Amino acid sequence: MKAMTLKRATSVFGAATLALSIVAGSAAARDLTIVSWGGNYQEAQKKIYFEPFSQKTGKPVLDESWDGGIGVIAAKVKAGTPNWDVVQVETEELELGCMDGFYETIDWDKVGGKDKFLDAAVHECGVGAIVWSTALSYDADRLKEAPTSWNDFWDTTKFPGKRGFRRGPKYSLEFALMADGVKPTDVYGVLRTPEGVDRAFKKLGDIKADIVWWEAGAQPLQLLASGEVAMTTAYNGRISGINKTEGKNFKIVWPGSIYAIDSWVILKGSPNTDAAMDFIAFASQPENQSQLPEHIAYGLPQKDAAALVPAEQAAELPTAEANLAEAVALDGAFWVDNIEELTSRFNAWLAE
Amino acid sequence: MHGYFAVRSALRARLGAIALVAPLMCFVLFFFFWPLATMMQAAVTDGTVRGVLPETAAALSDWDGESGPTAAMQAALIADLRAPAQQMDFGDAVRRLNSEISGFRSLMSRTATAVRGAPEGSTLTLVGIDQRWGDPKYWQAIRRAMPLYTDRNLLAAVDLTRDARGHIAQAEGGASANRQILTRTFVISAAVTLLCAAIGLPYAMIIAASGGWVRTLLLIAVLLPLWTSLLVRTAAWFILLQNEGIINDTLIALGLTDAPVQLIFNRTGVVIAMTHVLLPFMVLPIYSGLLAIPNNLLPAAASLGATRLQAFRHVLLPLAFPSLMSGCLLVFMVALGYYITPALVGGAEEQMISSVIAFFATGTANWGMAGALGFILLAVTTLLYFVYGRLSRSPTMMIN
Repeated sequence: MKAMTLKRATSVFGAATLALSIVAGSAAARDLTIVSWGGNYQEAQKKIYFEPFSQKTGKPVLDESWDGGIGVIAAKVKAGTPNWDVVQVETEELELGCMDGFYETIDWDKVGGKDKFLDAAVHECGVGAIVWSTALSYDADRLKEAPTSWNDFWDTTKFPGKRGFRRGPKYSLEFALMADGVKPTDVYGVLRTPEGVDRAFKKLGDIKADIVWWEAGAQPLQLLASGEVAMTTAYNGRISGINKTEGKNFKIVWPGSIYAIDSWVILKGSPNTDAAMDFIAFASQPENQSQLPEHIAYGLPQKDAAALVPAEQAAELPTAEANLAEAVALDGAFWVDNIEELTSRFNAWLAE
Repeated sequence: MHGYFAVRSALRARLGAIALVAPLMCFVLFFFFWPLATMMQAAVTDGTVRGVLPETAAALSDWDGESGPTAAMQAALIADLRAPAQQMDFGDAVRRLNSEISGFRSLMSRTATAVRGAPEGSTLTLVGIDQRWGDPKYWQAIRRAMPLYTDRNLLAAVDLTRDARGHIAQAEGGASANRQILTRTFVISAAVTLLCAAIGLPYAMIIAASGGWVRTLLLIAVLLPLWTSLLVRTAAWFILLQNEGIINDTLIALGLTDAPVQLIFNRTGVVIAMTHVLLPFMVLPIYSGLLAIPNNLLPAAASLGATRLQAFRHVLLPLAFPSLMSGCLLVFMVALGYYITPALVGGAEEQMISSVIAFFATGTANWGMAGALGFILLAVTTLLYFVYGRLSRSPTMMIN
């Protein structure tokens, strides 16, 4: 009997300890944890931000990667003490999370002042980290004639072969409208009307049977490399990255591309807020940030950093004058309101 | 005296048994039932809006629901927005309203900023801040969000909704396709299960019939994929099945086809890849079931004049049937939750219900919808489990 009681007590104690360690595990002192988008992009960040920052402060820095989604952030913050500190987020996650109180407020004096940044990179809850584009991409070694617009993307007689698209309504609807003759500057105006949404879905329907849908940023590169698709939407940095590392001849069509800003945020309730703020300031210093385009072709939101980038690198960035000319800025406010309804409709449209 | 001790020792034995299963029970309760209950609760609870807008809730109870907003309703909403609320609760309420009408989010944040920014005592009209407040549909949406419990997520999970009069109605055409996606999930899972059974049963019989190093080799061939990451296996199929992949190259080299056969981004690719990935779950239960069958039964049947086919049909198959059924159940249940494989080697027509659940859970933090879809999946699966219970019994009765 005694042995039993002891055993039972042990088991109850064991279960309780297990439960406690799961609930409270994140509350223990932990090293600064930074979360970004993985792949060759995060490799570059590790080299120019994470490791030098760790050396400077003499403390270890942990890094993890994620695939986005406000639900992930919501789950972490609502659990009490999050196990992430600094996260790089997309436009809508910044807007949504800031409204819902998932992020700490940014101390802009520490980062060097709002006037040092592009206007679109300044936010109550976030500091711009990169300017990146989603654009039409193709393998110049496979296509004899170069496509120049979304119109060409839709033209499957002139350019036979499948097309790659990021699965979801975001970007797909905008590109469809441009292919349907809407001027880049009018895209979101049209998309804000019910007729505009119908029009975009109808245009998307024209090539529905030819579309291969991708989800992770590395997939379109593989689709292009294997010849599975003739053209695809892709992130500009990854395209120039693979050209450099694997000697590919992938090209980007800048007119009609959509650019957006990714931002650093600090999760509410992080036990490392001071170190987190220091890190963001470190990653925003011109001498550090200006090294990024050497590794991956993303634009820099810190103006002094952008000025330090060598001319031949700067020409490849979404922020280059020529590349910006006919590009569209992603309308975060539109997607914050409409992503849920349009994704349901998109899924229904896919299933038709 | 003697009786007392007997009762005591029985009690002691009972307590001992309870103590032995206590860790298991704790584990199951904590890691299985508690999350399930939380999920179901998330699917049916509402009331975040009521918590943030209490005065509006009171004012709305006097409203006829048709005409424009009354002055009392507008004043109540302004008062609620002025009152300091927990930002996260406010965010939950706004998310709930925006899933009712797209655009509610920006309407609320715009209104809240205007109300909180206005000096104390100044007269504000909501319609002056944003004319959408004049439209009864926004107020109807707020009113619909007031009850503490709701069936809207469960209805929406099967493409139903409530119309203006509160009757259950079909959701607007083209707005969602959950029923279709659920059906597709079951169809794909069933196809994979049948294929796994068709391949797994003969394979398990060969393993059971072989011996020595052959058996080891055959078992390793089944187990090795289990030890490999699902992602790696799926990526391997991607490489094999693509237009310039090994299979198509071989077919073209043999002159069987001129142009590559489309094996990927369609149902074929998904079924092939999922069958491979799930095959161990079929082979292992059947194999262990076959091992338990005495190996002199088939010769005995033969000595009584049964042909090989008859011996298989009337002796081996009924005995192996329960393990075949448990293999089918395992494969089917695991297949229902598949997400990565359809996403990587499937096309638009192959997305299964878990990708929709993932969208609601991680994409929009709409845990109510994620919970409701999960609940529907769980309910249908439980139903199928009882069907399985029936099926797996019948052949035994056949022998009897």
